[in-house]
Amino acid sequence: MSSHSDMQTPLRKVRGLGSAKEGADHFWLQRVTAVANLFLVAFLIGLLVSLAGADYATVKSTLANPFIAVGLLLLITSGMIHMRLGMQVVIEDYVSHEGLKLVALMMNTFFAIIVGAASALAILKLSFGS
Amino acid sequence: MAQANPSDNRPLSPHLQVYKFMINTVMSIFHRMTGMALYFGTLLLAWWLIAAAYGPEHFAVANWFFGSIFGQIILFGYTWALLHHLLGGVRHFIWDTGAGFDLATIDRLGWATIIGSVSLTLLVWIVALTLGGAS
Repeated sequence: MSSHSDMQTPLRKVRGLGSAKEGADHFWLQRVTAVANLFLVAFLIGLLVSLAGADYATVKSTLANPFIAVGLLLLITSGMIHMRLGMQVVIEDYVSHEGLKLVALMMNTFFAIIVGAASALAILKLSFGS
Repeated sequence: MAQANPSDNRPLSPHLQVYKFMINTVMSIFHRMTGMALYFGTLLLAWWLIAAAYGPEHFAVANWFFGSIFGQIILFGYTWALLHHLLGGVRHFIWDTGAGFDLATIDRLGWATIIGSVSLTLLVWIVALTLGGAS
């Protein structure tokens, strides 16, 4: 159908290997989240430096501030997407066993979503009170 | 159909050890290593947020850990990994525009990344210890 697959052998076509036509999406999302992270990481470092040595009440009220909570939620979201894409490339580069690779790619997605969801819940809990 | 020899004794192409030191190579490896470290380092951020959300007792445990020598070393490394990966990313943004691909600029960008990340890490910690240590 597509002229791109003409270079593939019939066996390759049957096995469904080759380009998934998602490379540009992966690249673009990596870069968009990288730009966002540039600002969000600077925000995180500033926040953590300002909270160095602070007591519990100060930390709690600071994290409950809506501007800071939104900043942290954005950082968690952008960070998890970015790190999932990055680890995906690492897995694809180094894990050559097909079954192990699929398992590792799934674990990568689960890890990013679980850490993201748990962090987001913590931020929301601080914002809305217990 | 013609098949390449699938046996294990095929000649291999040269690997990392045959290449001489180049700052660009090292920065490429550092970028990937810091990325992977940050991946697992998010567990620390998640722990800190969850501890803060679940009350003073939990927060005290996390604070004790991050305040210990071991915790401080990890946080220092985390700060450097974060800033190094960030500056490495900026380097990639420059290359994304198509600029900076001549060898001299590649070398300069590599050195700027490592010198920048170490300097910024020290700066962040000096500010944090000056502000936080006093209160």
